[in-house]
Amino acid sequence: MSAVLDALTGPWEYDFWRRALLVALLSGLVCGVVGGHVVLRGMAFIGDAVAHAVFPGIAVAFVLGTNLVIGGAVAGVITALLIAVVAQNRRLKEDSVIGIFFAAAFGLGIVILSAAPGYGGSLESFLFGSILGISDSDVVSVAVIGAILLLATALLNSRLVAATLDREQARAVGLPVFWLDIALYVMVTLAIVISLQAVGNVLVLALLVTPAAAARLLTDRLGVMMLLAPAIGAGGSVLGLYLSYAFDLAAGGLIVLTLTGIFVLCWLFAPRHGLVTGARSRRSTAVLEAKS
Amino acid sequence: MNEPILHIRDLAVHLGGREVLSSVDFSLRAGELVGLIGPNGAGKTTLLRTALGLLPPHRGVVTVHGRTARQAQGSLGYVPQRHEFAWDFPISVAKAVATGRTHLTGLLGRRGAEDRAAVDEAIARVGLDGLRTRPVGELSGGQRQRVLVARALALRPRVLLLDEPFTGIDAPTQELLSRLLTELRDEGVAVLMTTHDLAAATALCSRLCLLNRTVVADDEPAALADTDIWLRTFGLERAEQLLRSLGVTR
Repeated sequence: MSAVLDALTGPWEYDFWRRALLVALLSGLVCGVVGGHVVLRGMAFIGDAVAHAVFPGIAVAFVLGTNLVIGGAVAGVITALLIAVVAQNRRLKEDSVIGIFFAAAFGLGIVILSAAPGYGGSLESFLFGSILGISDSDVVSVAVIGAILLLATALLNSRLVAATLDREQARAVGLPVFWLDIALYVMVTLAIVISLQAVGNVLVLALLVTPAAAARLLTDRLGVMMLLAPAIGAGGSVLGLYLSYAFDLAAGGLIVLTLTGIFVLCWLFAPRHGLVTGARSRRSTAVLEAKS
Repeated sequence: MNEPILHIRDLAVHLGGREVLSSVDFSLRAGELVGLIGPNGAGKTTLLRTALGLLPPHRGVVTVHGRTARQAQGSLGYVPQRHEFAWDFPISVAKAVATGRTHLTGLLGRRGAEDRAAVDEAIARVGLDGLRTRPVGELSGGQRQRVLVARALALRPRVLLLDEPFTGIDAPTQELLSRLLTELRDEGVAVLMTTHDLAAATALCSRLCLLNRTVVADDEPAALADTDIWLRTFGLERAEQLLRSLGVTR
């Protein structure tokens, strides 16, 4: 027992570990909440696009030596707004517009970063995360933006639900559906930006989508899903971080693999919709029906 | 006769550069149940969407209670076609019905006693009391249609617009819906529904508005006995198909 406790508390003596743990916890929590809306709207592709779109902002901030979180947020929000505005043109499908902008933004990021000296190492940490190298000021940025996001989600939740459930009816009763879309895009952008350092640009989509998708498999109740998604996100992120410490492997990759493991377990054993449990329950129902 | 609640004058609506509605004059009064009839592409849904303030008129005027359609948004009950709703969303019947009043609640979405009473009443009126906690994804087609009607009724509207409410529903739901619409009409609600079910419309509605980009005829069903009007509305040359859909011939 004490060995387990030692293993859990051992890394706490390091400052970098405490900062990493806090960021993993907050990222998992916030991405779980925002990701609930992303999964229910079927906008995972937009999340991927925004993840790529923040890249030029981070590159510019890196070159200028300013705050990476703010740089990424500005670029992500600008791209999200451009996508929302250009997607109003009904001749173009939204996924085409997203494809154009996110690839362009990512290309711009690489060009900017290639102009900076010693960009190879920086590029790797942006792409794959560097949770153990997070500074105090980054932790503060993550905490403040995370708190704002949780508040915004609580305030807008019922309106976002109404707009996702039936856009036509939401418009008909006068809900500002366009502005709700913009608000959700901005929230997705900020959630991604604060999670970038945990898992990196390439993998950040997993924090947003995987916990919410696992939660959706576990329940048919929106309120329960919105509690389970952040719990899975935060729990999976912290567990992944501990695993990376225990086996001395890449933290970002292990966080994502842990979340994926949880998703697979839910897919197999979710009470009603799991592959194994669902089949068993369908078999028992068939037997009962045959007997009656 | 009382003043029209919904008043449409010389309306033209363009979609994608094409004129979908032209010179439409129409009015709807309290206590009327009107069927909007016409072939696919006649502009029925466009007319409803314009009345809801979802589409801007290219020409003409749409007023609801004397206000423009956009100003009146939030006061009209609307039952869209069933495919508009995300049925795979993890939400119960009661909560889905309550979303009809979301625009009336505060930012946190807290519902007051009046909201709860309106939702309870709407659910009871469509006979879904026993299914309040059932996820909407587990409902049959007829039950789903009732959810949409209850969501519109939760607003306690004086005008109710329904888009194809009788399409793809079972006989019990058809009967319930017919009875409910008649009750609403008797309570003074102005009801306008689009439908392809000519037999149901003729039996149920106090007035039929035949539409094909413009109003071809607008009168009580009994006054619309001239076959030519129907043939013109549906762009048909012979009456057999039309009579078959009314169940008059084989």
